[in-house]
Amino acid sequence: MADQDFLALQATIERLHARYAHALDADRLEDWPQFFTEQGTYRVTTAENEERGLPLPVLYAEGRPMLRDRVASLRHANIYEPQRYRHILSSVLVERLDSQTARSTANFLVVRIMESGDSLLFASGRYLDRIALAPEPRYEERVVVCDSRRFDTLLAIPL
Amino acid sequence: MLERSWPAEGLTRVPYWVYQDEDVYKEEQAKIWRGATWNYLCLEAELPEPQSFVTTFVGDMPVVVTRDANGALHAWENRCAHRGALVAMRARGKAERFTCIYHNWTYDHAGNLASVAFRRGIAGKGGMPPDAKPESQAPRQLRVESINGLVFGTLSKEVSSLESYIGPEILPRLKRVLKKPLKVLGAYTQVLPNNWKLYMDNVKDTYHASLLHVFFTRFRINRLTQKGGVFVSKDGAHHCTYTEMVEDRGDAYEKDGMRSAGGSGGFRLEAPELLEQLDELGDAVSIQILSLFPGFVLHQIRNSLAARQVVPKGVGRTELHWTLFGFTDDDEAMTRRRLMQANLVGPAGYISMEDGAATGFVQRGVAGAPERASVIEMGGATIGSGDSRITETAVRGLWQAWRAHMEI
Repeated sequence: MADQDFLALQATIERLHARYAHALDADRLEDWPQFFTEQGTYRVTTAENEERGLPLPVLYAEGRPMLRDRVASLRHANIYEPQRYRHILSSVLVERLDSQTARSTANFLVVRIMESGDSLLFASGRYLDRIALAPEPRYEERVVVCDSRRFDTLLAIPL
Repeated sequence: MLERSWPAEGLTRVPYWVYQDEDVYKEEQAKIWRGATWNYLCLEAELPEPQSFVTTFVGDMPVVVTRDANGALHAWENRCAHRGALVAMRARGKAERFTCIYHNWTYDHAGNLASVAFRRGIAGKGGMPPDAKPESQAPRQLRVESINGLVFGTLSKEVSSLESYIGPEILPRLKRVLKKPLKVLGAYTQVLPNNWKLYMDNVKDTYHASLLHVFFTRFRINRLTQKGGVFVSKDGAHHCTYTEMVEDRGDAYEKDGMRSAGGSGGFRLEAPELLEQLDELGDAVSIQILSLFPGFVLHQIRNSLAARQVVPKGVGRTELHWTLFGFTDDDEAMTRRRLMQANLVGPAGYISMEDGAATGFVQRGVAGAPERASVIEMGGATIGSGDSRITETAVRGLWQAWRAHMEI
């Protein structure tokens, strides 16, 4: 029974990650805040800053209003060349913290595709997540730790 | 000497070959980066203890910056006297001495060659002749000066002291921000798909800020109708622009029908606390951007403070090394404010992400037009300080300084 619980949890969380990735890759940015709890946080940082114990985010949002502001700004204020992402996720480790919460660590690659066809391995790294399981699985905290300290041109669409 | 001629219009034209030409790039390395200029190296806060070091660049030249056992700062070319390999390969750390991994030649914190492995051979065999002078190819040592926590270096023996290089117009604006000991909050690198000078053009271009960066204008952070101004050093090389915290109620942008205007109803943040500024410097300035020739930028954007270092990586590629900082006596609320406002800057910055795109568009746009030129006539044809930011005075200053160094 325990094994079946674990497999169900693994499937639940992998499905959350997959839905998140497809939403961003399909330019459904307006759906993005819904993957977080109302107070959920989203932070992009680098492995270097993490290792040095430095708190600086590349991007940080606290709660859905701030996540929606980011989307609104991308849609109505910020100027960036048309581009798409392709997220590739793997090695998803899942751990149940309590009946309501789980933790997940997953690897990602993000390919950035420009209108010209130029494709670039834009980012690689780890998603470190704390996930609220009920009423439906959402991120309470999603930390995106990029392996590299370098970002090509700009980081507009969230990772 | 480059065989290039400048357009007859002078300061109001910048020919596009300056961003494209390999020979220009090479000459800039010698005449500007390794020439009579002061180059930003790091923050003193990155060398907190004796025997700590960081590695960086002055133009293409790799450099090691150290604090020796007595606390003195040094900087030297990261190149072994023997075969030219990098001596320090880590980004940062602590070291009692520096050992080139190739043949174990060692250096002290000042970059002096301390020992050559097997210099006298083994058991009377091998080794260097007694009159060999490996020190003759030792890594070059830079003059180092620091000012309010910023460390600069130069290979030039002629260039004046750092303070006099910066000059009386800009120095007070630098000291205004760096009031207290600094604390590093973090760092990252933005890779720009363009020549390094297009980035410096952009930084000095006070005219573009509220037109390209729509986030600014939609939230009325910086409209040109607000009070502000620009300072340019006498030689044109350095600049500083600032905006005061004034609630803007004008409608100049709407009247001109500009894209950056909010439009009817405007655009409001659901979580505006991101922008809340505490007037920590006590002079009601909300934004100050300051640049030093050739490749240093200091920003204060509300409570976000950062040093940006420009590192050229070939004709069409530039790295921008951002180091965001606060003060050592920041309380938790101030640190939180600075981290929130980190959202405004860097590669994902609400008000800075466009810079890499815009300058990249210029690099691509001018690909077929090396002999054509930009038109830089906002504010006339002169260089000087003033209270209007609808001007390209600081851009003309950059080119005056660049031409003086390059003798073009």
